[in-house]
Amino acid sequence: MNTNGVPALRLANVTCRFADRDGRGEGYTAVADTTLTIEAGEFVSVVGPTGCGKSTLLNVAAGLLDPSAGSVEVFGQRLHAADGVNRRAGYMFQADALMPWRTGFDNVVAGLEFRGMSRSEARVQGEEWLRRVGLAGFGDRYPHQMSGGMRKRLALAQTLILSPDILLMDEPFSALDVQTRQLMENELLDLWAQDRKSVLFITHDLEEAIALSDRVVVLSAGPATRPIGDFKVDLPRPRDVQEIRMTPAFLALHREIWGAMKEEVLKAYQRQKVG
Amino acid sequence: MQLRALQLLVLAVLITIWYAMTAPGLIPPFYFEQDNRAAFFFGEPQKVFGVVVDWFATGEIFPHLGVTLLETALGFFIGASFGLGVGLWLALSPTASAIMDPYIKGFNSMPRVVLAPIFAVWFGLGIWSKVALGVTLVFFVVFFNVYQGVREVSPNLIANARMLGASQRQLLRSIYLPSAMSWVFASLHNAVGLAFVGAVVGEYLGSSMGVGYLILQAEGTFDINTVFAGILVLTAFALVLDGLVGTVERRLMTWQPKAGQTEKV
Repeated sequence: MNTNGVPALRLANVTCRFADRDGRGEGYTAVADTTLTIEAGEFVSVVGPTGCGKSTLLNVAAGLLDPSAGSVEVFGQRLHAADGVNRRAGYMFQADALMPWRTGFDNVVAGLEFRGMSRSEARVQGEEWLRRVGLAGFGDRYPHQMSGGMRKRLALAQTLILSPDILLMDEPFSALDVQTRQLMENELLDLWAQDRKSVLFITHDLEEAIALSDRVVVLSAGPATRPIGDFKVDLPRPRDVQEIRMTPAFLALHREIWGAMKEEVLKAYQRQKVG
Repeated sequence: MQLRALQLLVLAVLITIWYAMTAPGLIPPFYFEQDNRAAFFFGEPQKVFGVVVDWFATGEIFPHLGVTLLETALGFFIGASFGLGVGLWLALSPTASAIMDPYIKGFNSMPRVVLAPIFAVWFGLGIWSKVALGVTLVFFVVFFNVYQGVREVSPNLIANARMLGASQRQLLRSIYLPSAMSWVFASLHNAVGLAFVGAVVGEYLGSSMGVGYLILQAEGTFDINTVFAGILVLTAFALVLDGLVGTVERRLMTWQPKAGQTEKV
């Protein structure tokens, strides 16, 4: 892994402005002048009120969207959406993005297949990853025959099988019930601990952010979202997300970060009520 | 099973009514002046079945049926392939689709059966004028469904596949095509019917073979029983073709959840 001081991902002064539907007006500024750095092997969470442009930020990092201004660097190299997506990143989407016409197994090995790996080689890795996310024996089921939690695990395996250096996650567990969600969070931490990828994890849930991360970045309410706080989480690892929530250190951090976030959440809420 | 029995009962009742109303002398005529007038206009079921049985027993129908089915199959396959190809192309190329838009709309709103005489001039009275008519009918049904299907692919799915490293070709093969397939199959059921319409209408307008030709000949001699027999045979084979499409659909679309399907443990 490249750890000689070059950040895994660096968004520098990124601004994203979307044109209005009719092409007139000033448009909508989702993200304004945002600088965000993720070191190699670092787990960073970004929290912010709903509708504040968190997903936009992730799409920029993934190379799916070019920012209106500013630049994205991946391990020191400039990323341009026009030249294709960020090849070193894996992206786990908020909504279901599995191919419904492929079985679980075929979904997991899709990335290997796109890279031209032979079927027999892919088979070994695919089975291994199904086992790792606890879906051994479910490979021949179609996504619609699986529960929400199983589908999330499948999506996780589909992303991790390519061993991306950077993992982008967009509220991946927000659709799950609390119990399943905590199980998935622990599983994610276990998988992450094995080879320490760089992770950019987007969530609106502060507890989840603190429990998982090395660093929590707080965003302001939209429009023109920008980071307004950056907090280091020095809780010991390995962590158990259920237990760590009870520790005094966690609660102190939570109070501190919530203090910074509260005002923005209320702003977003007011805006939604008016709009 | 009970449903099947009730369906057969409906058929039996209909045929019985048909028979009772048309058999000369069975019930007193209440609309026509003469006993055999009803039979003249509406045929008689036992005679219609007689003609059908006769056709198959003597083998007289086979060359005609073969020609009609060949026209239908060719019209269906050529039209569906074009529809699929052009649909994919226009859906994936916004510029081409914007340019072609008024022409597509124009061709679609035109009653395309009026092209039949032109096709007869261009392609002669053989099977190709009928195939051409079938193609113009089938093409648009499949085309619009593919076009719609490709444009409604979830952007999430595309973004995910791109992040997994799919090239444009792989996107087409793994995302656009399978996603459009469910729309295509929905349209193929209609398309089979339209291919049949193309073949038979073409035969009405000028031909020397085919079930449509048989029907036209019978009509010329006021042989209403043979006309009905022709209609019956066409309907039966349209059902068979529709069933074939359904079978292929079930084979290829196993991934689709069935309504109210529960997990078998």
